Amino acid sequence: MTVANLSTPRSHSPIPVEEVTEATIRLAGDSGDGMQLAGTQFMQTSAMLGNDISTLPDFPAEIRAPAGTLAGVSGFQIHFSSTEIHTPGDQLNTLVAMNPAALKSNLKDLEPGGILIVNADAFAAGDLHKAGYSVNPLQDDSLKGYRLFAVSITKLNREAVSELKLSTREADRCKNFFALGLVYWLYERSLEPTLKWIQSKFAKNPSVREANARALKAGYNYGDTTEAMPVHYRVSKAAIAPGRYRKITGNEALAIGLVAASKQANLPLVYSTYPITPASDILHQLAELKRYGVRTLQAEDEIAAIGAAIGASFAGALGVTGTSGPGICLKSEAIGLAVMTELPLVIVDVQRGGPSTGLPTKTEQADLLQAMFGRNGECPACILAPCSPSDCFHIAFEAVRLAVGFMTPVFVLSDGYLANGAEPWPIPDPAKLPQIPVRFAQAHVGGNGTSNGNGETVFHPYERDARLVRPWAVPGTPGLEHRIGGLEKEDVTGNVSYDPANHEHMIRTRAQKIANIANDIPELSVVGPAEGDVLVLGWGGTYGSIVTACQRAQRKGLKVAHAHLRYLNPMPRNTGEVLKRYRKVLIPELNGGQLRMLIRATHLIDAIGLNKIQGKPFLVGEIEAKIAEVLKY
Amino acid sequence: MSTLTALHTLSPKELASDQEIRWCPGCGDYSILAQMKKALAGLDIPREKFVFISGIGCSSRFPYYMNTYGFHTIHGRAPAIATGVKLARPDLSVWVITGDGDGLSIGGNHLIHAIRRNMDLKIILFNNEIYGLTKGQYSPTSRIGTRTKSSPLGSIDTPLRPISLALGADATFVARTIDIDIHHLTETLKRAAAHKGTAFVEVYQNCKIFNDGVFEYATDKSVKADHVLPLQHGRPLVFGKDQNKGIRLHGLNPEVVDLGNGIAKDDLLVHDEKADEPSLAYLLSRMVHPEFPECIGVFRAVERPTYEHVLNHQMEETIASRGAGKLEDLFASDETWIVE
Repeated sequence: MTVANLSTPRSHSPIPVEEVTEATIRLAGDSGDGMQLAGTQFMQTSAMLGNDISTLPDFPAEIRAPAGTLAGVSGFQIHFSSTEIHTPGDQLNTLVAMNPAALKSNLKDLEPGGILIVNADAFAAGDLHKAGYSVNPLQDDSLKGYRLFAVSITKLNREAVSELKLSTREADRCKNFFALGLVYWLYERSLEPTLKWIQSKFAKNPSVREANARALKAGYNYGDTTEAMPVHYRVSKAAIAPGRYRKITGNEALAIGLVAASKQANLPLVYSTYPITPASDILHQLAELKRYGVRTLQAEDEIAAIGAAIGASFAGALGVTGTSGPGICLKSEAIGLAVMTELPLVIVDVQRGGPSTGLPTKTEQADLLQAMFGRNGECPACILAPCSPSDCFHIAFEAVRLAVGFMTPVFVLSDGYLANGAEPWPIPDPAKLPQIPVRFAQAHVGGNGTSNGNGETVFHPYERDARLVRPWAVPGTPGLEHRIGGLEKEDVTGNVSYDPANHEHMIRTRAQKIANIANDIPELSVVGPAEGDVLVLGWGGTYGSIVTACQRAQRKGLKVAHAHLRYLNPMPRNTGEVLKRYRKVLIPELNGGQLRMLIRATHLIDAIGLNKIQGKPFLVGEIEAKIAEVLKY
Repeated sequence: MSTLTALHTLSPKELASDQEIRWCPGCGDYSILAQMKKALAGLDIPREKFVFISGIGCSSRFPYYMNTYGFHTIHGRAPAIATGVKLARPDLSVWVITGDGDGLSIGGNHLIHAIRRNMDLKIILFNNEIYGLTKGQYSPTSRIGTRTKSSPLGSIDTPLRPISLALGADATFVARTIDIDIHHLTETLKRAAAHKGTAFVEVYQNCKIFNDGVFEYATDKSVKADHVLPLQHGRPLVFGKDQNKGIRLHGLNPEVVDLGNGIAKDDLLVHDEKADEPSLAYLLSRMVHPEFPECIGVFRAVERPTYEHVLNHQMEETIASRGAGKLEDLFASDETWIVE
């Protein structure tokens, strides 16, 4: 579908349309109210209308917490704009609250004077009690600072679908579409993409299909005809580079990136994992891709999951495992085995709030040091971190390139925010993707090996190239029979060795091999002045907030620059040099200061931290305020 | 154009690696290693197709001594790693070498799941009822009362019975053999190799240092015929030096009976390794010395599609019906739009 085909429904009402550059809305309700679905539709439609978008789904860990309670509130935030944007927005311009609990837990994020649409039918005494309200907030003065629109959504929706003879329960399940229709009117969105989606989604259930379509239209028409709202808004198309787009979440991008990399490396992909929030969607995606040569294994536990991935890599496939922080704990010993045996392996960690079970559905960046050091012995691995949902594609691809190129485990540190957040993605041309070179060892090449008692040549699995990379010799290849394992290896031969000097040599060699990756990755680039007062150094999913805050600071003429690490181990070779060009280095992280600890330890720079550990991404304003503070130092 | 060359027949010597063997003198592992080489040499499988994967423990050093592909992994995880090898390369002959601690304690979960999936793996569990490499603690198969450094007053855990466990996990091939019963061991390994699916073999293995003689009743030539019952498919369960004893079913329980005095072979249980239900095999796995003779041989050998076969079949079917996946389709697998 092209943007040109999408017409905004012609309004019959005299209500004025106000042009705004951007808007942030949130749809909030009970976790059974279909808010994620409605939010996804709004996002999709807005993207297709040509806006730049960024989203933040926020849902509870419980699938169905008791209805109407604060614990069960689910929300979906969409920031859409006629200019380029990088975050889901700090403050809401419009909040839709389908019940008192949703109102209570989301109101604090609504801007003063913001539009507040509530389902007035859900504010009976029982609903209020479950949300902890002693007085109905619609009837006291507590909401007077907002533009409140109390709409009988339940009742109006039931009327809209009454001809279809649905049960009350079935009818009420459409009310998210009524609310969505109203917000579509409010922001002048076309109904077409969602109507089309309803057609295909409910193709086999005509009455449900018709009900949802009617609910959507009824919500729209309510806004258009009742004149309940004095204004509605237009957010024009953004100046986006021409091309074909889709929306993409971080988890989708990771799955697609892994498949693309496996094709470009000409290796079958074996994705072996154990279900865990927020990484499971990667498994769901890949399990559907068997016709792309993808094999998935839902293993019996996290350890088996990585074990099978290591086994697949040993046997010449692309072994990948995915999990979240608690799973990394369980996989640690096996990661050490992959480091010791120097096998390619990609380990996806979609970080969530920790420690322990922590906050399963909330975001955090607190596994960096675990990825760096969370194993016995000196056990270095390569670590990458995507900076946006679509960057998950590039980082997945890069992880595969480095894993097979350097015969090493590579971590991909995504997070819950990137995993579930979405943005438009310019669809790449597969023909332009680089090849990933893979060279399996063959017998009698390069004179590798010595003679054994049978007069045969013994293959040397730890004879390294100039970059210290050992050969990948795959079972089934005649003449390369060899044994590897977790015991210390003798240099070159790979035989078990307890020799003290050999052990130190091997420890240093493994470390140097990982360090050598720095020669094969791009340098750290800076956006903003090449030298100045403050360098804001970020990593991973905080990119959007940091880049926006830095742009605002730069527009004010401040000497503030931004650098973002997508390669955490090794870091780009010019990192130290970049850091020294600024008077102060500010490191915002969704943890207690993990990158800061590494930067301080490695570069002896007294970096300043901005640390937030609330299961939520940074607001742009929080970083802006910290930059202002640091400038005063 | 293809060239047919006569398949080189491997000799056991060609399967020996150049590494010095470091098991204790008199260890049962030596015999298992020797019989393994003998069994594999006769299989018409080229050497490079064999992969030996082990965990941690004395038995798990096994791959270092085989001149095949080998992977000495981490404690208990060999079945998981072997699963990955088999997923990537179904054509390889993949052998898991494990022990009672490795396979049944720390790795118990992987063992049962590998078995239930019916991956085409050969899992050989060396059972010496003791932890050897950590110097003599009781293991999950140690008999109640076993006195060790970690159980000075006698172990109080109920031992796991490896065969019962494998049957409980719906194993398609389950067998038991004894380290120094050379012929039986070789034949059992060959049968395991021929099975398509997970073949689980328990080997009674003597630990000379920490648990010497624990299987003496089953290995001492003067008494073993009375304590061991070699299973043979389709044959009644007869044992004893004079072949004058048998196993009869009494209700749901087995009982030892003397042949004669009105009890004939026809009255005895007949072994059926191909029975659909593993109930009788389970019953046999519960027969423990000294009340019963202990069975050796194949308890169960049934056919069920392997995991990797079904997986590959699914892949082939979806490719046949929808075509092989192309990246441009994958990239555009969600709603797309054009910005002009």
